[in-house]
Amino acid sequence: EKSRQSFGKRLTDLFVNFNGVDDDFYDDLEETLIEADVGFETALQISEEVREEVESSRASDPKVISQLIVDKLVALYTRNGRAEDNHLVFAKEGPSVFLFVGVNGVGKTTSIGKLAARFKARGRRVLLAACDTFRAGAIEQLQEWGKRDGVDVVAGKAQSDPAAVAFEAVKKAREEGYDLVLIDTAGRLQNKVNLMKELDKIKRVIEREIPHAPQETLLVLDSTTGQNALTQAKAFLETTDVTGIILTKLDGTAKGGIVLPIRNQLHLSVKYVGLGETVEDLSPFNPEQYVNGLFKDLISNRIEG
Amino acid sequence: MAFEGLTERLQKTFNNLRRKGKVTEADLRDTMREIRLALLEADVNFQVVKKFVKTVRDQAVGTDILDGLNPAQQIVKLVNDELVKTMGSTDAPLNKSDKIPTIIMMAGLQGAGKTTTTGKLALKLKNEQHARPLLVAADVYRPAAVDQLVQVGERIDVPVYQEGTDANPVDIVRRGLAQAAENKNDYVFIDTAGRLQIDEKLMQELSDIKSLAHPDEILLVVDAMTGQNAVNTAEGFNNQLDITGVVLTKLDGDTRGGAALSIRAVTGKPIKFVGQGEKMEDLDVFHPDRMASRILGMGDMLTLIEKT
Ligand SMILES: Nc1nc2c(ncn2[C@@H]2O[C@H](COP(=O)(O)OP(=O)(O)OP(=O)(O)O)[C@@H](O)[C@H]2O)c(=O)[nH]1
Ligand SMILES: Nc1nc2c(ncn2[C@@H]2O[C@H](COP(=O)(O)OP(=O)(O)OP(=O)(O)O)[C@@H](O)[C@H]2O)c(=O)[nH]1
Ligand SMILES: [Mg+2]
Ligand SMILES: [Mg+2]
Repeated sequence: EKSRQSFGKRLTDLFVNFNGVDDDFYDDLEETLIEADVGFETALQISEEVREEVESSRASDPKVISQLIVDKLVALYTRNGRAEDNHLVFAKEGPSVFLFVGVNGVGKTTSIGKLAARFKARGRRVLLAACDTFRAGAIEQLQEWGKRDGVDVVAGKAQSDPAAVAFEAVKKAREEGYDLVLIDTAGRLQNKVNLMKELDKIKRVIEREIPHAPQETLLVLDSTTGQNALTQAKAFLETTDVTGIILTKLDGTAKGGIVLPIRNQLHLSVKYVGLGETVEDLSPFNPEQYVNGLFKDLISNRIEG
Repeated sequence: MAFEGLTERLQKTFNNLRRKGKVTEADLRDTMREIRLALLEADVNFQVVKKFVKTVRDQAVGTDILDGLNPAQQIVKLVNDELVKTMGSTDAPLNKSDKIPTIIMMAGLQGAGKTTTTGKLALKLKNEQHARPLLVAADVYRPAAVDQLVQVGERIDVPVYQEGTDANPVDIVRRGLAQAAENKNDYVFIDTAGRLQIDEKLMQELSDIKSLAHPDEILLVVDAMTGQNAVNTAEGFNNQLDITGVVLTKLDGDTRGGAALSIRAVTGKPIKFVGQGEKMEDLDVFHPDRMASRILGMGDMLTLIEKT
């Protein structure tokens, strides 16, 4: 919140230092975007659009120009959204099921631990399903989160069929009146055909037990990932019909700029961001705050330099 | 969108060029632009790309490549050779101490693959040298990190020293080393918790472990899918620890892996191994030439060029 308000102001300060927006500014903007992993094409496109907007508005007041740039960037993010709000969709009645998917080590299990606490605090009865039966210690990791959060965990044996664990969990949720089932899956690289098929199987098992479930299939992306995140999003969207993104590890120095082309091309929106390793380190996604984070360095460098 | 290899990109530029016959300054700029784009698409850090392209440009101008036969292929070869050179031309083996144990410390960001790689390396040494490694569980933060290492140890039949999560990692390492001395283990692996390079407290913890253990090898484990941020991570860990090598993980994916070049360029430290899967056998030594082809999206293109 704090950084969000000051962004407009900092940008204003930036324009105090020169008379207009010069070519250097657009070069810097482009470089900043590339360094944030937005990708070359998107960076170019954004910088062009901002330039057009600034030039066609004929604005000269630094305040107006800076606001224009912020608005443009936020608009660029929001315009291609499938669902404009980042709320999670729940079942009208009966248990809701959220499935978590993504490549290895991105933060699926941790995000589940954080979200479970969040929904429990709102009075929902939450159940976790340990469907990563593959990675060493994965079941214990989810169980530890269950203990921390004070929520129940359904787990099977290591190396057992993950779809069977999913089945058991949704069945239990339906029979025992849980509100929400969060399903943890093993990390898998999107080019592994068999592992991607396994996700499909898990999904079908869930749907058979609870029609219209899973209500959400959340793709977890690591913000340190470069252009490959776009390939990930495409592949997971294709096999599991992803409904939204959780962007993790934004507390580090990576900017996660790849969500911009993902949004542009695949119309997938970020719903939550991960900001650390503890249970509180999760926030609903806020485009303005995000844009702010992208340009923090550009702004401060300009002010210093 | 499938990535276009550098060769195809350059071919287009040079097709236009051939019709005109003479290479102009503008053509050279176009060529360099294609190289720049290819590297950026592969996630090579953009500052690194700048420097790299300049080097290549100077070399191209210094020779008659552009006026000669097959300028596209010649340029690709030049770029490739320069990439291989930058990433280290020879394979770098694991350091070994004169007296036992050789101590290997793992470090890196969260989820990079430290714990998995610990198991893979231990298995490799066991298979190749009949080594008797000990794994030390110094991650007391991540839920079930100790369980994970213990299970990894079970899978490869290698003992794990652990004290659960209540002790201090530095103390755990101290007592782990004592145990290794007692049992005459010839290798000790220290599995540390993932951390951000900007987390001063946890980075200090790594320094403390280093001062205590004097590792023969400090391996920075990096996810091959890492984007522009690879340089910040590499620089942060290298400045704090003076790492001795790098392991690049998750190369079984379809990433181009430009991070390899970025890391090498900012640290100058060798990439020693690459992770090629989740199983304990999925570890290979690093081959700069293969990595170069991968970054450039060339596949077997180079062998083709070599023959002409
Ligand atoms: N700094 C930071 N670390 C995070 C965040 N989210 C997760 N992590 C850490 O990243 C590492 C991997 O997280 P996991 O939740 O195990 O990731 P995963 O996707 O379940 O991994 P696999 O199941 O092995 O594929 C752990 O060390 C987490 O503590 C975040 O938002 N910020
Ligand atoms: N496909 C693939 N997965 C890998 C590779 N190396 C590690 N992984 C997976 O990446 C995830 C994270 O690996 P870990 O070994 O737990 O990573 P870590 O660095 O110890 O993580 P933290 O302790 O949480 O910081 C797990 O799902 C591993 O199975 C690899 O080379 N290929
Ligand atoms: Mg997990
Ligand atoms: Mg670990």
